[in-house]
Amino acid sequence: MDRARTILSNAAGLSKAEYGGTPSTLCVGCGHNSIANQIIQVAFELALKPHEILKLSGIGCSSKSPAYFLGMSHGFNALHGRMAAVGTGALVGNHTLRAIGVSGDGDTGSIGMGGFKHLLRRNVRMVYLVENNGVYGLTKGQFSATADEGLDLKYAGHNELPAIDLCLEAIAAGCGFVARSFAGDAKQVRELLKAALSHRGTAFLDIISPCVAFNNDDVSPKSYAYGRDHEQPLQELGWVPVAEEIVIDESDPGELTVVPLHDGSRLKLRRLESDFDPRDRDASVARLLRATRDEEFITGLIHYDPTRPSFAEAAHLGDVPLASLPDERLRPPPDALERVMLRYR
Amino acid sequence: MTSDATEGRGPVRDGQPAAAVNELSPIVNELALVVATVNGTGSQTANLALLRSFFAMGIPVHGKNIFPSNIQGLPTWYHIRVDAAGHVARREPSFLVAYNQQTIDADLRALPAGGVAVVNADLAPSVRRDDLVTYEVPVKDLLRVTEQKGKLRDYAANMTYVGVLAHLLDVPLATVEESLAIHFGRRQKLVDANMVVIRASFEWARASLEKRDPYRVEPMRATDGLILMTGNEAGALGSVFGGVSVAAWYPITPSTSFIDALRDFLPELRRTESGEPTYTVIQSEDELAAIGMVLGAGFAGARALTATSGPGISLMAEFAGLGYYAEVPGVIWDIQRVGPSTGLPTRTGQGDLGFVYTLGHGDTKHVVLFPSSIEECFEFGWRSLDLADELQTPVFVLSDLDLGMNNWMGKPFEYPDRPLRRGKVLSADDVEAHGFARYVDVDGDGVTYRTLPGNRHRASAYFARGTGHNAQAVYSERSEDWVDNTERLARKFETVRAAMPASVVDVVAGASVGVIAFGTTRYAIEEARDRMAGRGERFSSLRLRALPLPDDVRAFIEAHERVVVVEMNRDAQLTGIIRAEYPGLAPRIEAVAYLDGMPFTADFIEERLAPYVRIAAEVA
Repeated sequence: MDRARTILSNAAGLSKAEYGGTPSTLCVGCGHNSIANQIIQVAFELALKPHEILKLSGIGCSSKSPAYFLGMSHGFNALHGRMAAVGTGALVGNHTLRAIGVSGDGDTGSIGMGGFKHLLRRNVRMVYLVENNGVYGLTKGQFSATADEGLDLKYAGHNELPAIDLCLEAIAAGCGFVARSFAGDAKQVRELLKAALSHRGTAFLDIISPCVAFNNDDVSPKSYAYGRDHEQPLQELGWVPVAEEIVIDESDPGELTVVPLHDGSRLKLRRLESDFDPRDRDASVARLLRATRDEEFITGLIHYDPTRPSFAEAAHLGDVPLASLPDERLRPPPDALERVMLRYR
Repeated sequence: MTSDATEGRGPVRDGQPAAAVNELSPIVNELALVVATVNGTGSQTANLALLRSFFAMGIPVHGKNIFPSNIQGLPTWYHIRVDAAGHVARREPSFLVAYNQQTIDADLRALPAGGVAVVNADLAPSVRRDDLVTYEVPVKDLLRVTEQKGKLRDYAANMTYVGVLAHLLDVPLATVEESLAIHFGRRQKLVDANMVVIRASFEWARASLEKRDPYRVEPMRATDGLILMTGNEAGALGSVFGGVSVAAWYPITPSTSFIDALRDFLPELRRTESGEPTYTVIQSEDELAAIGMVLGAGFAGARALTATSGPGISLMAEFAGLGYYAEVPGVIWDIQRVGPSTGLPTRTGQGDLGFVYTLGHGDTKHVVLFPSSIEECFEFGWRSLDLADELQTPVFVLSDLDLGMNNWMGKPFEYPDRPLRRGKVLSADDVEAHGFARYVDVDGDGVTYRTLPGNRHRASAYFARGTGHNAQAVYSERSEDWVDNTERLARKFETVRAAMPASVVDVVAGASVGVIAFGTTRYAIEEARDRMAGRGERFSSLRLRALPLPDDVRAFIEAHERVVVVEMNRDAQLTGIIRAEYPGLAPRIEAVAYLDGMPFTADFIEERLAPYVRIAAEVA
């Protein structure tokens, strides 16, 4: 039975195990491991070709995790807070790659905030995950900028400062795909990942991912227990591949919206809050502000707007990646140099 | 003499010839001119018209813009050196165009006795110098010929000195007109608008001024076939021919014009038949991002560069270390200016050398190239991209403001003499045939094989990182892995050394003193060398073109009893590097290290080198 399962292969001819990476060195129970597993599952289900994927990260617990999935894909573990810059360069160098970037709340919300916002502003085509646990794990539990206001932690003490809402920052920066999820809600993480991979530009996923070592007391809004008890999904999500027909089940609750994605696939949203439409930017911002005020843990697709071109589209890059251009495209011929020289005589 | 004693005697008056000037024989094609104007009044057009006119007359010429960090309103000085012998180092001027009220007194005072001043008669200097030849130009009157108003009238005002100088120095008006046409990209309306004023000023000067100074120019053939270009333009053009396809940058003087030039050349030279660009230029949010993008693109296999200056280099330190250790190609042009923070942002220096050479934390050593001319800026433009790919490491090109932003004569650039070198990159077939482990030293030269993202072979992927890794690029904290890796990088550095451009060495038979320098100090050194040689005071010279030090440096030092390293910084940074590299030879190495923001003059070099050369001669 087990053997039969491992040799099951997808349309790319790969087994699920072949989407794995090296064994995780993170704590047992860490939310990041769960997310890595969902990435593996999604890559397998979508039959992604590993050579078409680029993995990116910054520094921190979260940023270690790209080693633990898609071992047959190239990756770049950049500097603390600098995933955005390296990713931008790599995806300009080869804009045919699909990138999965994994960052943390410290990596993105503090040291890398500038780069994060400028990446979104440029709309670099990449799935940008923040594995958000509100603390710095590798340096033993300091508050991060997304730590909840008023939170008390054994090591870090009392947090006086308001949390930065990364989804709000993303919308402000012009991001057209903004979602929040919870590492304990594997199905939602998977559906959002699939939709994110189909998006035209940067797709931002803020995934609350509990730190079992430093921030998992039941009272903490970033703990498993709190998440399980308080998660308030805005929609039921179902990603539908390009060729598949959408079957409407009349018995489902809520209003159904079908959102076409850039690659021809679609996202089914069954609204659980009937008055919320993530395509309305003002509504998205208002919903986030209300969630903060009312201490709601909303998840799902918060904002969606596919109209802005990706950075590569705006740069008018052709079919061939800059990295693969043949020499004759890179070096103009001798008479071109002579022509320029004449102008400087 | 600078004659403070002459201060306060009222305005300079035309028609007060300095004694004995008339008896001097003419000084032909040897002129150190300074034009003092107000920044932002369009004087650059007038100055470049003059510069190009001398160049078009076939006379060796060079211009230096000594300008403030300001868009409009502060004083600016443009130095033009005309020299039949071809020397283009900065020289203290003896011919002044005084068109700035704010600096006119100091400018007049700075002239040597016998100097010449062309003064805007509408200004009111309080300095009077009887030992100068002074010509007063009625600028307001001359402007009656133009219908320009406001700012354009200010611009036109600067054309009056072009006309007056054309008369005084014997520059044909047709040559001036052609120079303006080049400057304005043949927009005849602009040319005509300026020529009206130039012609009126020329005619006025011919009718009203008695030539009382010895300076004049006459055509020669010394610039035949040469070009006139800035170092930043040359470097950008070289990069275009080196196949740069990603440029990421953050604006900073004096590197900005490098990227401006790149953005001018790329659309013309680097589009496919269907019009698609084969490049992207990204204005990043800061210099950290700029080099991060360069390394990201380099990792992906694209040729990438950034251009910056000292403060930007500071921000790039962490990425430079990552690039060295993760072994990612990329090119960083540092157009050096002076000091930290804002420092002296519009002045030149060589103070970044020590910092750049070991930029990064931990053990880091970088490739650093030193262009000294527009030809070398072009050559290092394409060569740096080859070296970065071949050696899989960041390559720094250390230029400076003087070279980067000023116009220099040079030979037309030579087309690269070999195809692009992409280094050790494995295709899917290569991986299939030979296997792949990112950091295994297959060839024993320390340079390992890499694959690019997008490679279809299932064994081609690796995770690039700055964290400890083993030869398979897998995370490792084992001490042995760290040592293996860093020792291989040290081996790679010896491969790097052998790949560096050789120094330009001139060993003079019998000379016991050798001078080592790099970059733009060469011009003052070469002029001093020629002057001193005329007196029988000879020294050898070595112009370093790269770090790590090529082996020719040791041989040069060993061949001389005394070696003087000349550099534009306070702390003798190159001297320190050379002494550390050859501790046994250190006692014979001396430094002439000085930085005031201005390019060296031959006078300064001569004064500093003469004692070494004389002592050596006496000992001999």
